[in-house]
Amino acid sequence: MGRTLYEKIWDAHRIVEGDDGQTLLHVARHLVHDGSVHAFEFLNDRGLKVRRPDQVFATPDHGVSTQVHKVDAIADPEQRRVVQLLERNTRAAGIVHFALDDPRQGIVHVVGPEQGITQPGMVLVCGDSHTATHGALGALAFGAGASEITHVLATQTTWQRRSKTMRVTVDGRLPAGVTAKDVILAIIAKVGANGAAGHVIEYAGSTIRAMSIEERLTVCNMSIEAGARAGMVAPDETTYAYLEGRPFAPKGAAWERALAYWKTLPSDPDAGFDAEVSLDATRLTPMVTWGNSPEDALPVTGRVPDPANEPDPEKKAYLERTLEYMGLAPGTALTDIAVDQVFIGSCTNARLEDLRAAAQIAKRGKAKVPAMVSPGSTQVKLAAEKEGLDRIFRDAGFEWRESGCSMCVGMNGDLVAPGQRCASTSNRNFVGRQGKGSRTHLVSPAMAAAAALTGRITDVRKLG
Amino acid sequence: MTPFVVLEGVAAPLDRSKVDTDQILPARFLRRPRKQGYGQFLFKDLADDPAFVLNQAPYREAKILVADRAFGGGSSREQAPWALSDYGIRCVIAVDFGDIFYLNSLKSGVLPIALSHEVCTDLRQQLHQRPGATMKIDLPSQTVTAPDGSSHRFEIDAFRKKCLLEGLDDVGVTLQHEPAIAAFEQRYRQRYDWLFDGNLQ
Repeated sequence: MGRTLYEKIWDAHRIVEGDDGQTLLHVARHLVHDGSVHAFEFLNDRGLKVRRPDQVFATPDHGVSTQVHKVDAIADPEQRRVVQLLERNTRAAGIVHFALDDPRQGIVHVVGPEQGITQPGMVLVCGDSHTATHGALGALAFGAGASEITHVLATQTTWQRRSKTMRVTVDGRLPAGVTAKDVILAIIAKVGANGAAGHVIEYAGSTIRAMSIEERLTVCNMSIEAGARAGMVAPDETTYAYLEGRPFAPKGAAWERALAYWKTLPSDPDAGFDAEVSLDATRLTPMVTWGNSPEDALPVTGRVPDPANEPDPEKKAYLERTLEYMGLAPGTALTDIAVDQVFIGSCTNARLEDLRAAAQIAKRGKAKVPAMVSPGSTQVKLAAEKEGLDRIFRDAGFEWRESGCSMCVGMNGDLVAPGQRCASTSNRNFVGRQGKGSRTHLVSPAMAAAAALTGRITDVRKLG
Repeated sequence: MTPFVVLEGVAAPLDRSKVDTDQILPARFLRRPRKQGYGQFLFKDLADDPAFVLNQAPYREAKILVADRAFGGGSSREQAPWALSDYGIRCVIAVDFGDIFYLNSLKSGVLPIALSHEVCTDLRQQLHQRPGATMKIDLPSQTVTAPDGSSHRFEIDAFRKKCLLEGLDDVGVTLQHEPAIAAFEQRYRQRYDWLFDGNLQ
């Protein structure tokens, strides 16, 4: 039987396999950010060195100010300290670092693909759960915690058990107003928030094939919200065209050798998957989450669920406490929910195509509620400004900020206040995610812009 | 890592599904130096509620937490298991776990145990009926002993079990494979030469 994309990459990086199935894999690329501070501390405490600094790339993102891109502008001394330490640690180890004043800085999951650091067929590790993003280029990309990051820094390897495989096939043409974000929210709603636990997802089907790399990055980004270890898309002509000419992509004869390898990667026609899920893209609508789990996603035409209709006592208890936290009455039409603010940003939805989609809507009116746009990287910001998107946003009353993780994780001071409701293009609507007591509704960039113009959750297809 | 062999102590019931790592340790505390400890921030926002289980006298000294479905999903922050262990909780029993949280726990000396939904529900019921009751976790025999004396076997990867029992950190284990790693790297750098040296900017 043939092998899947996942199995091919696995086999190419396997160093040692234990009797118990634990396998030591080589890590081709390791991305670090300001949150990697603990791993460097552990490494230093133990007198260990970064084994392969030429395979590590760094940029600060989680704690950086989106007001001014200066280290001194970071108000919180702990956040400032770790951004400074990233600079110091990477310099000491000889790691390429896109510092705050470097035009290549940005959210690590936006920067990797954008710079051509992320390439098909590689094992990539980063100390962040949204590392699956890089799978959009056909890489096998894992998120990990501090101890694992220490291990990767010291050994350039990771111990892994072979995951099960799940193929999610999406077929058909997306209706107008329906985006990659809506596709992944629909997938998570179907699979469940921990439904892909223990699995690596391969996204396939004509809808995925027709997507740009930026759209695929959005889809793969939220694989973790279905519980998956990783998410990936087989490389194709779209992938190669995206990578060619990027700063860290191979050039000349090396490009040809790389391309020959990349073309061997797609899953063989007779490869088997442990689980199969399929979705009809033609039936999808713009999606909105109402609750505190990304699986709580519904078509924008839907209503907030009613616990009275839920026979399962546990699910009922979840509905009750979630509606209370979210300040929502059972049965409310999603389009009747008023929002207090809007956030357009994050590693999920802050690339150039996302900002274009949001600007297309923003130019049709004025923001009724505070709305903030934080581009995914400084490169995205510069490209957007070249096209005049910043002007469109500013004219519509949106704030135009610098790049960083910003209000997705709320570590840099960009917060949603307690009890406030935010339509957000980010990836998590957890209790307290955007700040203590914050209420998050996950939507696509166009839907977020529409919510800014009307002050409520709005079906972008019906925006007057 | 502190070894984990047998743990006996008060167990607390947490009657909630989908307790993600943002709830276990909110993001605003992530940047403290490890040595300063994270225990005081465990479940920080949930703990505002006086009725929260760890605020109740019998459960304050808990060493074991019995939760429900999907414990530890979301962010890859290892500070979540650090907050648990710094608080004194070295074992979490749940129906299922977020993958990254599960691995982070094993690497930081917290034992995550997956038991069936029925067993988790029954354990939490017993703990509600007898507040402050103790449970016993025996890693060598892979068994959980409930307050009523019943016992349940759990599964754990042999490699991770060995690391926990001996307090091994896997960097040490990995470096024993140095010759294999070095040989692999040499082959890899030749085979995928475009990832290295002259082919980079």
